[in-house]
Amino acid sequence: MISSRFLLSSAVLAGAAFSQDSVAVDIAAQKVAALQAQVDSLAKTIASTQETASFGLFTANNTWMLVATALVFIMHLGFSMIEVGLTRAKNTVNILFKNVAIVAIGTITYAVIGFNLMYPGDNWIIVGWLSEFIPGISSPEGAAGGIEYADGAYTYWTDFIFQGMFAATAATIVSGAVAERIKLGPFLVFSTVFVGLIYPILGAWHWGGGWAKQAGFHDFAGSTLVHSVGGWGALAGAMLLGPRFGKYLKGEMRPIIGHSMPLATVGMFLLWFGWFGFNGGSVLSGDPASVSLVFVTTMLGACAGAIAAMIVSWLTSKVPDLSMVLNGVLAGLVGITAGADVITPSEAIIIGGISGVLVYFSVVIFDKIKIDDPVGAISVHLVCGIWATLATGIFGEGIDFFIQLKVVVAYFAVCFPAALSLFYILKITTGIRVSVEEELEGLDLREHKAEAYGGFQIFN
Amino acid sequence: MKLITAIIKPEKLHSVKEALLEAGIAKMTVQNVIGAGQQGGYQESYRGSILEVNLRKKTQIEIAVNEDFVDATTDAIIKGARTGKIGDGKIFVRELNDCIRIRTGERGPDAVG
Repeated sequence: MISSRFLLSSAVLAGAAFSQDSVAVDIAAQKVAALQAQVDSLAKTIASTQETASFGLFTANNTWMLVATALVFIMHLGFSMIEVGLTRAKNTVNILFKNVAIVAIGTITYAVIGFNLMYPGDNWIIVGWLSEFIPGISSPEGAAGGIEYADGAYTYWTDFIFQGMFAATAATIVSGAVAERIKLGPFLVFSTVFVGLIYPILGAWHWGGGWAKQAGFHDFAGSTLVHSVGGWGALAGAMLLGPRFGKYLKGEMRPIIGHSMPLATVGMFLLWFGWFGFNGGSVLSGDPASVSLVFVTTMLGACAGAIAAMIVSWLTSKVPDLSMVLNGVLAGLVGITAGADVITPSEAIIIGGISGVLVYFSVVIFDKIKIDDPVGAISVHLVCGIWATLATGIFGEGIDFFIQLKVVVAYFAVCFPAALSLFYILKITTGIRVSVEEELEGLDLREHKAEAYGGFQIFN
Repeated sequence: MKLITAIIKPEKLHSVKEALLEAGIAKMTVQNVIGAGQQGGYQESYRGSILEVNLRKKTQIEIAVNEDFVDATTDAIIKGARTGKIGDGKIFVRELNDCIRIRTGERGPDAVG
């Protein structure tokens, strides 16, 4: 504006200088003033248009983030259905109960303590490693609906609810691996501590700006922060609980068949659907280029995982195994989650495909070493979560493989012992496993005095 | 009076019913059962592991008949159920001591009717 005023004045004055007439100079000065007023008014219009435009962009960004939040929310129904489908009918009420309770407990604990632990800002007890305990959520002054909070990407409240939706996911992953034999009460205690303390403290290392972030670690939507963390919890639980009664008899492994493949498939599709929010929302704005690339890599990763699991199961067990293909899709999705924003579509296919192969052999190996995981949660979330994080170091431009590896090891070193000791404390105090009689009769009748399919006769 | 119990392949229920109707026999009780015979069990595959299933799904038909209908009934069941391969099933014929129609209180052959 200053430069335009200068140019205008000098041009008009230059014209007046040629006329050598004082009247003309006056007229010229008036013209200058009039033009100046027009320029000022135009500048004001431009500024206000810019403000409206950026508020429009802010609204669009924030709306996408809330849609993504709702997509992540529906993943909880996906987790519930896949867990119900791949287990026996007599434990269905118990599984549904756990999954509903986790969402409620997870979100409340995240509001009470988790969010501030995970995003400490400058409030650290040990800088980069351990954040301060600041209870409650409250919007920074003026930022509740404010454009300033995240440079017009989303509001404070959107930030909380999107991240809160992720938090409960970590405990839901554990639920699948410990299904059909864990006591409800101790499991809910575990989930509360896991979501309220372990998940956010570890999350702060990277997403909260801690040491992993400073080291240049890349985990786009949480293959390590969410899936591996849940996976380490799942492994700890499955190890301490031991296999379900009847899975290993006379030294032989006997598969325990899930009771509803339609429900398991519904669960898989809901998770796939929700993953567009999980990854798409992790762009943390509605940035067109990034969100659309992430949609493509997410979709291709899942498809490659499905096809790889299909081929491997067909070649190895001589049958096209549906439940393995369901796991293959989820493996592809976990596999793509760490690097969805920094890899090309063809790399997404390679990473997803390798995930599909990994998940098949991982399920078979965990069965062989007698770690009983009814839904394959450890294989999908832990094994493919680690693969995803390392693959981002291999394929992602400017991402150091060894830093990726170092952070994966660090998460193992803290998360696994933490989950293991939490389960162990519960084991020696309240006990974590139901009695054999209860397991045989089903957790529904003993823990809940209820049936999932009243009026139906079920043979186990 | 005899009680005829036939265990057949589930997919043969329709043709057995038709053969029985042709022979004038419409009263029967049908239930789904599982069991093992000469056919043996089979294998299922689940998540990369093999599961041995030794009890197969079969269908059981029970018919109470008077003496003059025994052969007609067993012939009809055989006609409807036979494929000539192992697994076609078996028919058991037992003495029936008594039969009571609940509505009228009739007993014996009249109640079987």
